[in-house]
Amino acid sequence: MDYFAQQLINGLVLGSIYGLIAIGYTMVYGIVGMINFAHGDVFMIGGFIALITFLILVSLGLTAIPVILLVVLLVAMAITALYGWTIERIAYRPLRHSFRLAPMLSAIGMSFVLTNYSQVAQGARVKPIPPFITGGYTLHESADGFVIQLSNIQIMVVITTIVLLALFTWLVSRTRLGRDMRACEQDQTMAALLGVDVDRTISMTFVIGAALAAVAGLMYLLYYGLVDFFMGFVAGIKAFTAAVLGGIGSLPGAMLGGLAIGLIETFWSAYFSVEYKDVAAFSILIVVLIFMPTGLLGRPEVEKV
Amino acid sequence: MTAPSTQTAKPATGIPALLKTAFINALIALVLFSLMVGIRTEAGSDGQLTYWTRFGELASLVAVVFGGSIVIDLLRQWIGPTGADKLVPPSVQSGMSFVGRYLAPALLIFTLLVPVIFYNQRYILDLAILVLTYVMLGWGLNVVVGLAGLLDLGYVAFYAVGAYSYGLLATNFGWSFWVCLPLAGILAAFWGVLLGFPVLRLRGDYLAIVTLAFGEIIRLVIINWQELTGGPNGVSGIPRPSFFGIPLDNSDDGLAAKLGIEYSSTHRIVFLFYLILALALLTNWVTIRLRRLPIGRAWEALREDEVACRALGINTTTTKLTAFATGAMFGGFAGAFFATRQGFISPESFTFQESALVLAIVVLGGMGSQLGVALAALAMIGGFELFRSLETYRMLVFGMAMVLIMIWRPRGLIGHRAPTVYLTKAQAISSDLVKEGHG
Repeated sequence: MDYFAQQLINGLVLGSIYGLIAIGYTMVYGIVGMINFAHGDVFMIGGFIALITFLILVSLGLTAIPVILLVVLLVAMAITALYGWTIERIAYRPLRHSFRLAPMLSAIGMSFVLTNYSQVAQGARVKPIPPFITGGYTLHESADGFVIQLSNIQIMVVITTIVLLALFTWLVSRTRLGRDMRACEQDQTMAALLGVDVDRTISMTFVIGAALAAVAGLMYLLYYGLVDFFMGFVAGIKAFTAAVLGGIGSLPGAMLGGLAIGLIETFWSAYFSVEYKDVAAFSILIVVLIFMPTGLLGRPEVEKV
Repeated sequence: MTAPSTQTAKPATGIPALLKTAFINALIALVLFSLMVGIRTEAGSDGQLTYWTRFGELASLVAVVFGGSIVIDLLRQWIGPTGADKLVPPSVQSGMSFVGRYLAPALLIFTLLVPVIFYNQRYILDLAILVLTYVMLGWGLNVVVGLAGLLDLGYVAFYAVGAYSYGLLATNFGWSFWVCLPLAGILAAFWGVLLGFPVLRLRGDYLAIVTLAFGEIIRLVIINWQELTGGPNGVSGIPRPSFFGIPLDNSDDGLAAKLGIEYSSTHRIVFLFYLILALALLTNWVTIRLRRLPIGRAWEALREDEVACRALGINTTTTKLTAFATGAMFGGFAGAFFATRQGFISPESFTFQESALVLAIVVLGGMGSQLGVALAALAMIGGFELFRSLETYRMLVFGMAMVLIMIWRPRGLIGHRAPTVYLTKAQAISSDLVKEGHG
C-alpha cells in the first residue's frame, strides 16, 4: 500500500509535466487543426533555456532560491514563447491553406531543425544540474521501514501546475483573447467577419502553448536534474497521447490525460517493467484512438465534406 | 478547410520599410539565439556544469538574419508572391514532357551501366547501392503516401521487420536468402495489415501519429527482447547472399571458380547492385501496373477525397489495407536486402529519422511520381554523402529543407497535378451558339 501511495505521488508529478505540454498540443489542434509535431522540441528548448539562465544567475552570485526560480521561469517562458511565435510564423502560417499533409510535414521538419539546432548549439551530451530544491516531508513510515516521501520539488511542480492551470482557464474563459480563441476554434471565417484578428489569435495560441511548454521544461529540469537535446521527442509523443486521451481540443481533458499517462507510466514501471514503459504509453495511444477516438472529454468530430 | 480569412501581409516596399523589417527580424533572432547560441554549456569531468560565452557566433548569426531578411524581401518584390500556383506555359510543358519521356529510360540505362563504368571504384558502387535502397524504400512508401494518401511515419518498422526476419531466420535456421526474401516480404505485409486494421478509422494527422507510435513500439521491442533479437547489440554474422545457391566467395564451389574467372571481392558488390536494382524495378513495375488496376484507381481516389470515395461505393477498408500491405511488403524486401548487404543489423538503423528520411524523399519527389522519387532519393542521399564531413549540421539542413519544400513546392520538386487539359487562350464564342448575346 505504501509503495502504491509513493508511486501515486510520483505519477501525479510526472503527469503534471505531461499535462502542461499536452495543453500546447490540444490548443493548437483545436484552433488550427494540425498536430504541432515540433511542440515536444519546444519543451526541450524551454528546458535548455531554463538551464542556461539558471547557470548564469548562479554564477552571478545570486543565492535567494525563490528569486532565482522566478527569474528563470520568466526568462524561459518569454524566450520559449518567442520560439513558438517564430515557428508558427515561419513554418506554419504560409501553409495554412495548403494541402492537408503539408503542415504536418513542415512540423516534422521543424522538429528536426529544433533537435539538431540544440545539438549543434549546446552539444550532444546530457547536461546535469546539481539538486537545487532539496528536502521534503515524510508522510508515512510503515513498520517494515518503507517511507513515503513527498519532496519539496514535487510539491512545487504540482502547485505551479495548478496555479498555471487556473490562470489559463481564466484566460480562456474570461478574457478577450480567450473569447477570440474560442471563436476561431468554432469557425475561423465567421470569427474574421466579426472582427477577430485570426492571425494574431493563432499566433497567441502558439505563444501560450510554448510558454506552458517552457514551464514544463523547467519542471522537468528541476525534477530530473538534467536536460538533453533528444528529450523532446519521447516527451512530445507522450504528451500528445495525453492530449488524445483527454479528448483533443479540450483543455481540462489535456490535463486529465496528462495525469492519466503519468500515472500509467509510473505504475507500469513500478509493477511490470521499466524497459517497456514507453511501449505501454505508445500502446495506450493506439488503443485510445481505436476505441475512444474522441477521448475522455472530447466532442465527437463531425465529418464535413 | 475554410476559405482564406486573412491576407498575408504585403512585402514592405521602399528602403526604410525594408530596413525596418530586417531590423525587427534581427532583434527577434538576437533574443532567440541569445542564450542558446551566445552561451555554451558543457558538463565537466566532475559532473559540474560550466559555461562560456560565444558572442562572436551570436553576432554573426544575427547579422546573417539581418542580411537574409533584406535579400528575401528584395527577391519577393522581384518574383512576386510565392505560393500562388502559376500555370506553366505550354511550350515549357511540352519541353518538360519531352525530357520526362526520355529521362527515365536514359537514367535506367545509365544505372544498368554503373557497375561497368565504375567497376574499380568501390566507393561509388557502395553509394549507388545505398541510393538504390532508398529508391526502393521511397517507391514502397510512395504506394502508401503518394497513391493512397495515408501519411505513414512508421515505415521503417516494416524495413526492420524485413531485416530481422531475414537476419534471424538465416542465423538461427540457416535458411537461404532466396527463401527468406519472400518470407520477409510476407511477414512485413502481415505486420502492415496488423497495423492497418486498427488505424483504418483514423485519418490524416491521427494516422500519422499512430504509425509513428507503431514504428517506435517495434524498435523498442527489438531493443528490449534481448533473447530473440540480441537487443542493442543487434544480429551479426548474417550470411551474404548467394547467386541462387552458388556462393560468391573465394572457395572452390564459388561462382568465380565455376565460371573459371579470377575471384574478386567486387563481384559480390556488383551482384548486390543488380540485386537491389532488380528489387527496386520490381517495386516500380508492380506499382505502375497496380495504378492501372481498379485498386490503384481506388487508392488515388482515396487520396483525393475519402468521403466521395465511400459515396461511390469503394470499400475503403480493403483499399487502405492493400495499400498498407503492399507498401509494407516492399519495405520488407528492402529490409531483407539491407540485412544481407550489411551482414549486421541493430535497432539503431531503424530510428524515426530513417522513416522521416524516406518520407522526405517521397514528398520531395512529388507524391505519386515514380521518377520524382528516384531523383529525390539520388539528390537526398547524394547530398548527405557530399556533406558527410558536416555530420552534425546535415540533419539541421535536412529539417530546414523539409520546411522550405513545404512552403515553396508543397507538391514536390517534380510531381504536380496540373490540369491535363486547359485552354491556352481565351476565346469569344459567337452569339449564334449561345442564347443570350455573346458568351
